[in-house]
Amino acid sequence: MRFELTPRTNSPTVMRIFASVAAFITAFLIAGFVIWLMGRSPIAAFDVYVLQPLSDPWSLQELLVKATPMALIAIGLSYCFRANLWNIGAEGQYVIGAVLGGWLALRTHGTDAGAWLLPLMVLLGIIGGALWGLIPAFLKTRFGVNEILTSLMLVYVAQLILDYLVRGPWRDPKGFNFPQSVTFDPSATLHPILEGGRVHYGAVFAGIAVLVTVIVLGRTLFGYRLKLTGDAPRAARFAGFNSKATTLAVFAISGGLAGLAGISEVSGQIGQLQPSISPGYGFTAITVAFLGRLNPIGILVASLVVALTFIGGESAQIMLKLPLDLTQAFQGILLLCVLAADAMVSYRIRFVTRGGGR
Amino acid sequence: MFSAKIFGALVGATVLALSASGAVAQPKDKVKVGFIYVGPVGDHGWSYQHDQGRQAIEKAFPGKVTTTFVESVPEADSERAIEQLARTGHDLIFTTSFGFMEPTLKVAKKYPNIKFEHATGFKRAPNLATYAAKFHEGRYIIGQIAGKMTKSGTIGYVGAFPIPEVIAGINAFYLGAQSVNPSVKIKIVFANTWYDPAKEGDAAKALLDQGVDMLAQHTDSPAPIQAAEARGKFGFGQASDMERFAPKAQLTAIVDNWSDYYVARTKAVLDGTWKSEDTWGGINAHMVVMSPYKNMPDDVKKLAQDTEAAIKSGQLNPFKCPVIGQDGKEIECKGQGALSDEQVLGMNFYVKGIEDKIPQ
Repeated sequence: MRFELTPRTNSPTVMRIFASVAAFITAFLIAGFVIWLMGRSPIAAFDVYVLQPLSDPWSLQELLVKATPMALIAIGLSYCFRANLWNIGAEGQYVIGAVLGGWLALRTHGTDAGAWLLPLMVLLGIIGGALWGLIPAFLKTRFGVNEILTSLMLVYVAQLILDYLVRGPWRDPKGFNFPQSVTFDPSATLHPILEGGRVHYGAVFAGIAVLVTVIVLGRTLFGYRLKLTGDAPRAARFAGFNSKATTLAVFAISGGLAGLAGISEVSGQIGQLQPSISPGYGFTAITVAFLGRLNPIGILVASLVVALTFIGGESAQIMLKLPLDLTQAFQGILLLCVLAADAMVSYRIRFVTRGGGR
Repeated sequence: MFSAKIFGALVGATVLALSASGAVAQPKDKVKVGFIYVGPVGDHGWSYQHDQGRQAIEKAFPGKVTTTFVESVPEADSERAIEQLARTGHDLIFTTSFGFMEPTLKVAKKYPNIKFEHATGFKRAPNLATYAAKFHEGRYIIGQIAGKMTKSGTIGYVGAFPIPEVIAGINAFYLGAQSVNPSVKIKIVFANTWYDPAKEGDAAKALLDQGVDMLAQHTDSPAPIQAAEARGKFGFGQASDMERFAPKAQLTAIVDNWSDYYVARTKAVLDGTWKSEDTWGGINAHMVVMSPYKNMPDDVKKLAQDTEAAIKSGQLNPFKCPVIGQDGKEIECKGQGALSDEQVLGMNFYVKGIEDKIPQ
């Protein structure tokens, strides 16, 4: 006996949304069962993981802070993934964005720079990320080099560049030789939206990115071109769409948004350059992009859900003494359930029993 | 009525004075202590030892203390985890890695009535203390053992990052080796991680391939010493006693003993005597402990014990002047007969005889 997946001819949106909800419930049931096996109350765990963070203003704010970089990067990645181009190196583009934007912050340190500084830093962040993203795109269009490998390997190059800079030329002279830059001046700091809060303007950037992407994908020729290049590359060529230009464009967009996330995070959250400026946002964003099914609104929701699992995971360690491994396992279960549900909506599963001779 | 009024005014004034002083020193019946770890509690190295300290607190004050920890907290995203501890009623919070410095400072400013302690950093506040241990004292001892025991004349060192603490450790280790074996050579590899058994193991194997027969490590997993065990060479445990991972290879281990300090600081909060200060203790303060000397000849063991006693009594300082830099020039002696604490805490040079360069 074997399984066979046959594509469904039509799978309505209602079904897709229902499948997502079912996937979440299934994931929570599985995780709840594991927690019950560990001798804890699954209901208390659900309360700490989900209900408390969603009912407390402080954690709602933290949710936005954590979701911001993931949403920005994942939105960018969705452009690449829609065109069937695999940018795995958003983490590196994030780092270079932070480096280039951070350079200006360090360059103007102590000079009491005016209001022009922040917009320019943000712009440099976008440019840095975009340029870094264009390297694998160029190698692909010019030499046919596999972009998965080059974009991934450039992550390590980017991290080592940052590492070199904060250990060497950009090291804080008063920092006991520890590898970190000076802390940014207030004029180079992305301010919180609400005074005293932690949600900075990066969240606004993420919101704008979502809106613009909704319009681009739904209402423009470029959006249509992307979809066609991804779904039917031959047809796209016949239609006269230049796939090389598309490749360069989506990598630049994706890298630019990752760079924007990098400079926002460094300027709004961390406040200085240091060897590690991301807990792997560029990679988590890949998960977020697929959890959101490459749809901008979906990605926004997915980034909040993933942020919730991180924050809930910390609360669970503090309140319930549940191990961190459980949070990581839960993230995996969730992704698996969503992808499985997606497959079941798109395909019909048939059991084929081999009857008779050949 | 009159006296009640005066009493009320007095109470009001006292409350005002207390809240103005920021960190209110009052004895407490119950204390909640929180910990932030950079690695998993199961790393059997750095975070594991901090967790041993946490457990020691629970044992020392039964019924009076509850503890909490959050493990594997990424340094670039630690502010929220620290604040979550502050918001959930913890009175004393230990953040146990250098990278938590700025986030700890930020949260400490926001919660002036909670006590914070940051390991291995240098920024303090009225409610933020710092603490670290003089691990380089132990490294001088294991350097002497390695210098005596090496047959190939080349000893190896797996470092985490080229930060001052690690550089000072390498220098102390090499000075110890040189003191008993002037021609000894050292090879250094940086794994660029505190905890990644695969990378650490690879670094160790690369060193062993180059003819190193003594392996010191300043990364947190037992992978390097296990690599030494597998090749029939020798090594030294890091942070915790790693004998069970390498019973034949471990000569001794430099054990971080945070328990005494954590118990003392928790007691200070219970008694209402906690103050923000900087603590930097070594072998003498029992913060650095050498696990039993094993797998070595008696004369080497005797040498190690004598050196340990000399460091403990203050007779011997690994960085006693003159300290000669790589270029052959003497390092300016800013302490009394030895390099000053600041010089050691910010160490950014290799001593003479080390041929590598500090990665920049």
